[in-house]
Amino acid sequence: MNKTINQKAWFFVVPVFVLVAFNAVIPLMTVVNYSFQETFGNNVFMWEGTRWFKQILQSERFHAALGRQFLFTGIILVIQIPLGIAIALSMPKEGPWVSVCLVLMSMPLLIPWNVVGAMWNIFALPEIGFLGHTLNGLGFDYNFTQQIGDAWFTTILMDVWHWTSLVVLLSYAGLMSIQPAYYQAAEIDGASRWSVFRYIELPKMKKVLTIAILLRFMDSFMIYTEPFVLTGGGPGNATAFLSIDLVKMALGQFDLGPAAAMSLIYFFIVLLVCWVFYNLMMKNEEQS
Amino acid sequence: MSKITLKDLSHSYLYSQSKKEDWALRDVNIDWKDGGAYALLGPSGCGKTTLLNIVSGLITPTKGQILFNDDDVTLNNPVERNIAQIFQFPVIYDTMSVYDNLAFPLKNRGISKEEIDSKVLEIAEMLELKSTLYNRASGLTADGKQKISLGRGLVRSDVNVIMFDEPLTVIDPHLKWVLRSKLKELHQKINRTMIYVTHDQTEALTFADQVVVMHEGQIVQIGTPVSLFEKPKHTFVGHFIGSPGMNILPCEISSGNVFIDGNKIETSIVNTKKENYSKTEVGIRPEFIKFSNGGIPIKISKVSNTGRHKIIDSECSIGRIKILSKSNEEIPSDTAFISFDKKFTYVYGDDWIIE
Repeated sequence: MNKTINQKAWFFVVPVFVLVAFNAVIPLMTVVNYSFQETFGNNVFMWEGTRWFKQILQSERFHAALGRQFLFTGIILVIQIPLGIAIALSMPKEGPWVSVCLVLMSMPLLIPWNVVGAMWNIFALPEIGFLGHTLNGLGFDYNFTQQIGDAWFTTILMDVWHWTSLVVLLSYAGLMSIQPAYYQAAEIDGASRWSVFRYIELPKMKKVLTIAILLRFMDSFMIYTEPFVLTGGGPGNATAFLSIDLVKMALGQFDLGPAAAMSLIYFFIVLLVCWVFYNLMMKNEEQS
Repeated sequence: MSKITLKDLSHSYLYSQSKKEDWALRDVNIDWKDGGAYALLGPSGCGKTTLLNIVSGLITPTKGQILFNDDDVTLNNPVERNIAQIFQFPVIYDTMSVYDNLAFPLKNRGISKEEIDSKVLEIAEMLELKSTLYNRASGLTADGKQKISLGRGLVRSDVNVIMFDEPLTVIDPHLKWVLRSKLKELHQKINRTMIYVTHDQTEALTFADQVVVMHEGQIVQIGTPVSLFEKPKHTFVGHFIGSPGMNILPCEISSGNVFIDGNKIETSIVNTKKENYSKTEVGIRPEFIKFSNGGIPIKISKVSNTGRHKIIDSECSIGRIKILSKSNEEIPSDTAFISFDKKFTYVYGDDWIIE
């Protein structure tokens, strides 16, 4: 193999390099810059070393927000993934209802996030919202603005409403790619419905489900707009997830140094979880 | 173990069937004896797979009945019919080991562990899967996977019939031979009814005792490989079986004699009463044409030597004629006369043989 060596080819990479620099590297480096220094504005910086990182990692406030974040992400994954698969399984495979179902499923995904938050806020208002009014009418003491349990319930319900469709659509695509011969063979082998799901459908959906779980993990772990509009992080700090807490710290209290350190820690957690998850899935893939 | 009878079977995938073309299968009547090896042969889209799926119970026919041992099973599902079917592309359960794949049909039927174990090992031995028995099935090559599919079909000892839907499509030519003879051997060993769908005549003729030739949703002939070759009942069979296929030449019938462009032809038919056919043709296989001093004049356009014999492309006044001769035989150059072996010269009226 005689490859022509021509360093001019690097010029083709320049546009991408510039683009990535401006939309990712430079903003990120700014944050890194803030995270090691203290500033009082006027472009005056003082070197603080790893102080902000230590402070964040030891702060109870951060631990609480992180705990809430993992709890929230865990709950929505546990609900959305099985629910999404179940809905995908019960959707028709052919005929005119396919498009109807697909359009209905895509609807929530098309609504802007702050609109979702506003919709659910109004929908759940205890006095006048349809959900709140109905629940109270049924004898439940429901008020998401006052009670922690209700706030969590409403936030989770909103997220399930908004994002389960994504899991449904991905699972449905996975299901549709299964050759009819698999079902026929299973029928002839005398497989039960559960066996068909366990040994045909689930393994064939594995790839799309990996993507679904990763996407849902990342999105829910970084959720901001919807709970901000719905509960504003309240009551108290009960639904102040990581990004809400971060914005409070950065823009509310103007603690730029600690906020920058927190951003970086936040970023590394997302990166780490994705990396571990992806590697586990790939390792599994190699074995098979 | 049972004999299978298909009675006046017709099937259409459409809601309304107004034309002949709307039917995927038309008026199929077959008797399959217990323990026979049968092939369903025909080009793609002729209804073979539809027929197979009707026998296995994956499709319910629009009209007609399926009987297993005189019991009507038309509305029964595949499990109730107790059949095995192997598909064109390997179907394996990815997450299971080879062993579990083979054991799956038995496990679903609640068979004891010891029996499953002995059956699976026996089949694995037969299909040479023993070395990979505890590996994950998804890691195997295409033919390894297809062997698993075959194995799942063969592992149950009580099935009424084992059906193969072009099972060797994905297999290497070399391995095709091996597996095909293995199937044949297996058939003799377990003596169970086997139905083998294929569009490959070699596959059909080597595997089956009886070949069912299908064309446009109809059965055109059922017979032994030899009878399909020597006496095709339909011009399609003549075309489709044999390489090169039968020569079909337009002819006239008048006062009991058959003429090709004015030349009188001796044929095997006794009764040449002219009936109301829209077309009449003479069928003669290339193997049964000889060069002679008189007869039909032809012009030779091409001679190809395949090693064992020569295929001669020639033209006469009413069309092309292919002739097969031994490779050491002298071929006349340019123009010649040919004559047909009377015993193997048939007359077809509207594509069906006149006897």
